[in-house]
Amino acid sequence: MSIEWYIVLSSLLFATGAMGILIRRSPVVILLCLELMLNAGNLALVAFSRMVGNQQGQIFALVVMVVAACEVVVGLGLIVAIFRRKLPLDVDELRELRG
Amino acid sequence: MSASSWAWLALLLPLLGSIVVSLGFRTIPARVAGIVGTAAIGLAFVCAIGALASLLGEDADARHHASSLWTYAGAAGLDIKLGIYVDQLSVFMLLVVTGVSTLIHLYSFGYMQSDEGYHRFFSYLNFFVFSMLLLVLAGNFALLIVGWAFVGFASYALISFWYRRTTATRAGMKAFVINVVGDIGLVLAAFLIFRELGSFEYGAVFAQAPHVFARGEWTVTAICLLLLVGAFAKSAQIPFHTWLPDAMEGPTPVSSLIHAATMVTAGVYLIARTHVLFYLAPTAADIGAFVGLATLLVAGTIALTMTDLKRAIAYSTMSQIGYMVMGVSIGAYAQGLFHLMTHAFFKALLFMTAGSIISAMANRQDIDRMSGFWKAMRFTSLMFVIGGLALAAFPLTSGFFSKDSILAYAGARGGMYAWMAIGGYVGAFLTALYTFRLIFRVLPGKPCEEAQHLIDTGELYHGPAINPANEELEDADVGFPGAHHHIAEQSRPMALAMAVLSVGALFAGLIQVPGVDNVLFGFLDPAFADVPLSAIHPSVGEEWRGLAIGAAISLAGIGLAWILWVRRPELPGLLRERLRPAYLLFVNKWYFDEAIDFLVVRPALAIGRFANSIFERLVVDGLVSGTRETVEGAGGIVRVVQSGFVRSYALLLIAGFAGLALYFLLSSS
Repeated sequence: MSIEWYIVLSSLLFATGAMGILIRRSPVVILLCLELMLNAGNLALVAFSRMVGNQQGQIFALVVMVVAACEVVVGLGLIVAIFRRKLPLDVDELRELRG
Repeated sequence: MSASSWAWLALLLPLLGSIVVSLGFRTIPARVAGIVGTAAIGLAFVCAIGALASLLGEDADARHHASSLWTYAGAAGLDIKLGIYVDQLSVFMLLVVTGVSTLIHLYSFGYMQSDEGYHRFFSYLNFFVFSMLLLVLAGNFALLIVGWAFVGFASYALISFWYRRTTATRAGMKAFVINVVGDIGLVLAAFLIFRELGSFEYGAVFAQAPHVFARGEWTVTAICLLLLVGAFAKSAQIPFHTWLPDAMEGPTPVSSLIHAATMVTAGVYLIARTHVLFYLAPTAADIGAFVGLATLLVAGTIALTMTDLKRAIAYSTMSQIGYMVMGVSIGAYAQGLFHLMTHAFFKALLFMTAGSIISAMANRQDIDRMSGFWKAMRFTSLMFVIGGLALAAFPLTSGFFSKDSILAYAGARGGMYAWMAIGGYVGAFLTALYTFRLIFRVLPGKPCEEAQHLIDTGELYHGPAINPANEELEDADVGFPGAHHHIAEQSRPMALAMAVLSVGALFAGLIQVPGVDNVLFGFLDPAFADVPLSAIHPSVGEEWRGLAIGAAISLAGIGLAWILWVRRPELPGLLRERLRPAYLLFVNKWYFDEAIDFLVVRPALAIGRFANSIFERLVVDGLVSGTRETVEGAGGIVRVVQSGFVRSYALLLIAGFAGLALYFLLSSS
């Protein structure tokens, strides 16, 4: 299979994730979409690694997975904390940072 | 030891005393502080004698030494050394300053004993002596300015010594401001000297000046006029004199030390020190002489109507310094300095007696309330009479010889200066009159309430502490000598200091009797030999003729005072009615304060108000708030982006990345 298919799939996944982040307001869904975008990146890395013929891209993909796991831990922790304080689980309501 | 080593020691000791007393104010007991302070000055006096002895051991022509420790300020083309200049003039000043200061420290040791600020007083006093010695010993104009400014500060600190007295703090500020005007004159003069001659060192400046300047050239005249501004401000000459009477708010030993014996003579010293320049600028020298003459007459008339004991003596000081300034301006250098020395003795003595009387009066200074102190305080009264006789130039006292030596010189120089001598004799008459007015009103007669209390109980009268200037009740927490007074009769150090000074006041003139001996002028004259004016000497006959006139005038003044205030006490009242305009002029001090207020203070205040209300509001505030508004406006634009919506941040981020990616894609293809 040629590389283009992988790249097209990766782009679709990435666009889906980005769109999800932009249109959904639930923090949990936003986290899911983030994971989607990271995995789109992983897919591209692995595909390019195959094409070029060295293993560096695959190592990168592993590192990204570790980072994604960490990020999910932190994100879910935040969500649980927000939930415990009985704050609304809606990113548009949580806007204390307004300048 | 060489003369300059002695001089360095004399300079160092008061500084050490000041540091020790001020740092140890918690640990050193008050008595010890007084002893340390007095001993430091006493040792400095010993060093001054050492310097004199070492100078006398040399040739008369070689008696000048410049000595420096290290470079004080070095820059391109500028080389100022921390150096002193020791010659006859500075050693003479050194002797007078340390000698009189020692006695005044001794007096303060008794007088200030019950004051809370005893340590502070002695550390200031020692610092003052150090500054004064720095002034007279400085070897270049830069150090002279340092000493000059230090002296001004010490004067400020001591005038405002009783800092709970609003009148005292205000007087201190007034003295400081007027002195700073003088400092500016001196500094500008030093700039001009450096620009024209390229050096600050006395030796170089005075050696080159006659070659660089033509006589009467405008630059040297400008330099001398600026020097005169400094000298007038420090020496309380018209129109910079108004601070001196107000300075009497300070403790009496301060009046005695700073405002009679030492600091106010700094102007005289300055003119004598720069006599080479003044010889080259005859116009400036004549202006100096005229101002001296005017001051001695004006101050004499004011002293005639003054009812405050200390202020009357202060005006007398101005008047006597007028003689000195006139003397050193017309070329009577040694004579002016002779009067400086004798004046230091008798005026310090007069202030000490005034302090003693004021203590007995529970801090009242109004001579209208005083009478009969001869019966109550015999020793103080005797000292008062001795000081008064010397001030009034009674025959054979010190003031008699010194004052007349100046006038005899003026007569011998002839022309316009002979008329000045006549003015000086008029001033001498006024001096005798106002001096004995004080004596006849305070000493004889029926003892006043306070004096009677002293006679009856042997204790001092204790009234409420009242500020003599504005009759307000004083806050005595900072230790006015109000609660516990000290008079010479009950305090041995005070009596000792006064007794020594009275010997000086009576007999110091005998070192320089025309035709008999020539101790002082013989010593001082070589220092002034570089200008031809010092070669003018009145003949012995002329001098004695002058002395005879002086004696007659002095006796006439004393006699008139006796008639006016003892024999027919109703006469002064009649005269006051008859000569009402003159009386009003004198009693209002010739309206100098009002004139300065109108010409200087009010315009300055108006400028200040304009700056505050218009300039500050419009220009300064406009700049500041303009800057603020610009930043705020720019911030407002950026604030819109910070909406707090996480998703809009994400959109911006994605759009940004997409834009970047698009750009690179397009630019690579």
